[in-house]
Amino acid sequence: MEDTQAERGISRRTVELTVACLFLLLSVVAFYDNYTRGAGWASDGPQSGYFPARLAVIMFLGSAFTFVVALRAKPEIFVTYEQLVRISKVLIPLIIFTIGIDWFGIYLSSALFLAIFMVWLGEFSVARSCVSAVAFVVATFLIFEIWFQVPLPKGPVEALLGL
Amino acid sequence: MENLNDLLNGFYVALSFKNIGFMIIGVLLGIVVGVLPGLGGPNGVAILLPLTFGMEPVSAIILLTSLYWGALFGGAITSILFNIPGEAWSVATTFDGYPMAQQGRAAEALTLAFTASFIGALAGVILITFVAPLVASFALKFGPAEYFAVFFLTFCSFIGLGKDKRSKILVSLCIGFLLAAVGLDSVSGDLRMTFDNPQLLRGFDFLVVVIGLFGVSEILVTMEEGLAFKGKKAAIDLKVVLKTWASLPKYWLTLIRSSLVGLWMGVTPGGAIAASFMGYGLAKRFSPNGDKFGTGETEGVLAPETSAHAAGTAALLPMLALGIPGSATAAVLLGGLLIWGLQPGPLLFVEQKSFVWGLIASMYLGNIVGLIIVLATVPLFAAILRIPFSVVAPIILIICAIGAYTVRNSGFDIWEMVIFGIIGYIFKKLDYPIAPLVLAIVLGDRTESSFRQAILGYEGSLSVFWSNGLVGSLMVIALLLLFWPIVTEQIAALRRRRASASSAS
Amino acid sequence: MEIKGLTLVVSACALSICGTASAAWEPTKPIEIVVPFAPGGASDQMARTIQGAITKNNLTKTPVIVVNKPAAAGGEAMLEIKAAKGDAHKLLTTSSGLYMTPLSSKLPVSWRDFTPVAMLAQDEFLLWTYNDAPYKTAADLMAAAKTGQNIRIGGAGSKREDHLITWALGDEAAAKITYIPYAGGGPTSVQLAGKHIEGSTGNPSEEIASWRAGNARPLCLLSPKRMAYKEKITDTTAWSDIPICAEQGIKFTYNMLRGMFMPGGVSNEQRDFYVDLFKKVQDTAEWKEYLARTALLPDFRSGAAFVEFLTVDEQRHKDLMDKAGFLAR
Repeated sequence: MEDTQAERGISRRTVELTVACLFLLLSVVAFYDNYTRGAGWASDGPQSGYFPARLAVIMFLGSAFTFVVALRAKPEIFVTYEQLVRISKVLIPLIIFTIGIDWFGIYLSSALFLAIFMVWLGEFSVARSCVSAVAFVVATFLIFEIWFQVPLPKGPVEALLGL
Repeated sequence: MENLNDLLNGFYVALSFKNIGFMIIGVLLGIVVGVLPGLGGPNGVAILLPLTFGMEPVSAIILLTSLYWGALFGGAITSILFNIPGEAWSVATTFDGYPMAQQGRAAEALTLAFTASFIGALAGVILITFVAPLVASFALKFGPAEYFAVFFLTFCSFIGLGKDKRSKILVSLCIGFLLAAVGLDSVSGDLRMTFDNPQLLRGFDFLVVVIGLFGVSEILVTMEEGLAFKGKKAAIDLKVVLKTWASLPKYWLTLIRSSLVGLWMGVTPGGAIAASFMGYGLAKRFSPNGDKFGTGETEGVLAPETSAHAAGTAALLPMLALGIPGSATAAVLLGGLLIWGLQPGPLLFVEQKSFVWGLIASMYLGNIVGLIIVLATVPLFAAILRIPFSVVAPIILIICAIGAYTVRNSGFDIWEMVIFGIIGYIFKKLDYPIAPLVLAIVLGDRTESSFRQAILGYEGSLSVFWSNGLVGSLMVIALLLLFWPIVTEQIAALRRRRASASSAS
Repeated sequence: MEIKGLTLVVSACALSICGTASAAWEPTKPIEIVVPFAPGGASDQMARTIQGAITKNNLTKTPVIVVNKPAAAGGEAMLEIKAAKGDAHKLLTTSSGLYMTPLSSKLPVSWRDFTPVAMLAQDEFLLWTYNDAPYKTAADLMAAAKTGQNIRIGGAGSKREDHLITWALGDEAAAKITYIPYAGGGPTSVQLAGKHIEGSTGNPSEEIASWRAGNARPLCLLSPKRMAYKEKITDTTAWSDIPICAEQGIKFTYNMLRGMFMPGGVSNEQRDFYVDLFKKVQDTAEWKEYLARTALLPDFRSGAAFVEFLTVDEQRHKDLMDKAGFLAR
């Protein structure tokens, strides 16, 4: 128990309150959209907004309740800064990878993602990482594009190779 | 007895070297398709379909149904190893399968899943063999009101009241329903909650959301604790298979119950996805170990797998007997039957006897072949957990991204997956239950539209939900299940009071 | 009329000769057929039949892939083809949804954003009822609706073909007919067989199984002319025996195109390659078998003839949908 006090991080209450607020906001947006479209009970049954509007109200009440409970909760750590750094070691490359798919297609991005991850976090040798990455990407290409004929996003490199 | 005779003839048709060869190829391809999220049974069948045009119809359908069995088996693999449901119907398998893998019992969990699948499928095939016409006509009794009642029953059996964090269960459920409602409303033709955004127009696909919520978020949680997988010490020899089998007989009740749930959902057709949730929910409700569900309980793997496969198999029945597809894969197969010049429907059983019974016989054989193949691969798959995390993690993420993309061929879905990965992480840390959200996303839209279709057909009156015995009893059972925890609580309290009263006297 | 038809044929021929002579363009990578509906549906079956016919007869050098994009009643697929301007390796299968989806949901897309390649056939609609229903003809059904009975007609989706037909029938009879939207033609057929609805407006391919099984029965064909398929489907009846609705006092007719489009901004050579390809597909045994199996009305049009058809057909849909109140507000 003494350890946890020494550890620093984002407080659980902050996250809990933020999430509850976001949900409150979302429920208001959902309610607005459904209410303006028609959320009544017409002669032949409920309109398209009937259920979503009511669900939005329930969600609002539920989130409000969570918000109040969180206000009175004991202080706890949601995630320590140390943990956050570790998570971002995956999350940030993942986001860059996803951006890369739009630009370079999925094959090149995947190869880079895998190779860099192996060298950086797995401390494999550069040669071994590159070979694994290329092998993986070629296998993926064969399975999806050739055997199952599922086209995946491609970029300028594939265009150059005429694939 | 006539059926048995026909079946024997069927075995005669199906048991050629060529057809067994097609079974093996089909099962292997099916496993590949099932393991990769995004590539599903329908994809695999649809892609192979044109290749079968030149084949004999019996061989062609054996190849395709074997692929279907393979996909059904394969869906469980990634669910258990990496918490990524390869198929929508294996979501419920992750609830206990993944914790088992984390405890080093991956091989056991895989064996359980495969065996349960086999038992479920067997139940489905037996149903098709003996009572096809009878059951088929029962399926016709299901109008929109009955559909709604079945979905309602699924929700009630899975969620139920009681337990803590009720407000969070409710919020999670509402989010699921609202996400399911985004996009084109099939009853009114309105666009709901799309805010004129072309990406929102398509709505949220269940698989993309699940890949994010389960797969990606799991990687984040694992990273939080450092660069390692927990399941490293997984035993990887085939003895595990035998040991696991030895433990199975004591779960006979769960297996039978889940099979019945699956058969029911496959025929009606609530579908394999709903069946897996319902099977899990009921097992949790009625098992003596119900409280431990979610922590790596044997029955938590057995129940959803048995139900899903019983349903997946039984879903082929309405297709053969009535010409209506019970599932997306069945829909593609239906197209295939037409292309091979076979007209599905009751007449198929009369006009194409050798085809139908060859197919049914191949269902028995295909499942046995499938079981042998997947059991043989258990050590292989369990060994994947020994690969260093720094290699497996990016590969899982790449496969998740490909899976998310292939669901609808949309790059935006990869972003959706990343975002739901973060949401899943926060949900787990804040104790928001994910399962209600997932269930609502899967069934929310269908539940709502069947409700509204029922009301439309009944001129706006709610009385449609107790207008006949079938829908009325379904609704009553659903409500009973919903309040079951409260009922059992009361009974227990009553017993305690009596016990204390008797000890006092 | 005759002469005009002839000139159209001649000009179409001229176009195709032109096309083959200068068909320098050939696809260099797999051809993707985008189907705006789910696997197993009528459009999907057509696309996969074409895929099979092309593959089996080696009509192209590169493979053909079918991709399903069913979201938003096909709206998603249309938006994608619109965005893929200039991509000559993409095709879109189309039905009346081509006009109906944008009109009813105000999606910013129209067929004018695409390059029309060819119309392959027309799909016809019939009015069906369940087998032991008391209605012998469509007129009986309409009469029942007029007396205030709750007549429910089911169909695929909302504000789409089946809905429009149901509305038109009710409008013509000046009676209330309730339309129940289901997820697709398959579920509708089951609902009819289960007597949860009194009628449906399915295509031949959607109800044939149910008809043969003795669960459903056709009342009339919503087309100006009877079908040409004379082979018996049930013991007593062939497609050609089914009366047209006009014989039973219903004037409304409705046919639906089944065609192929490319994204906008492609060259004429590229388009002509596909026109030529689909002409070859028309001659394959697979295609002919498919037409007969699904009782489609063969009607191949390309070039100006196709554009003219589209223009007229779109205007008709606009007018009908306006009257039915289906247009997006």
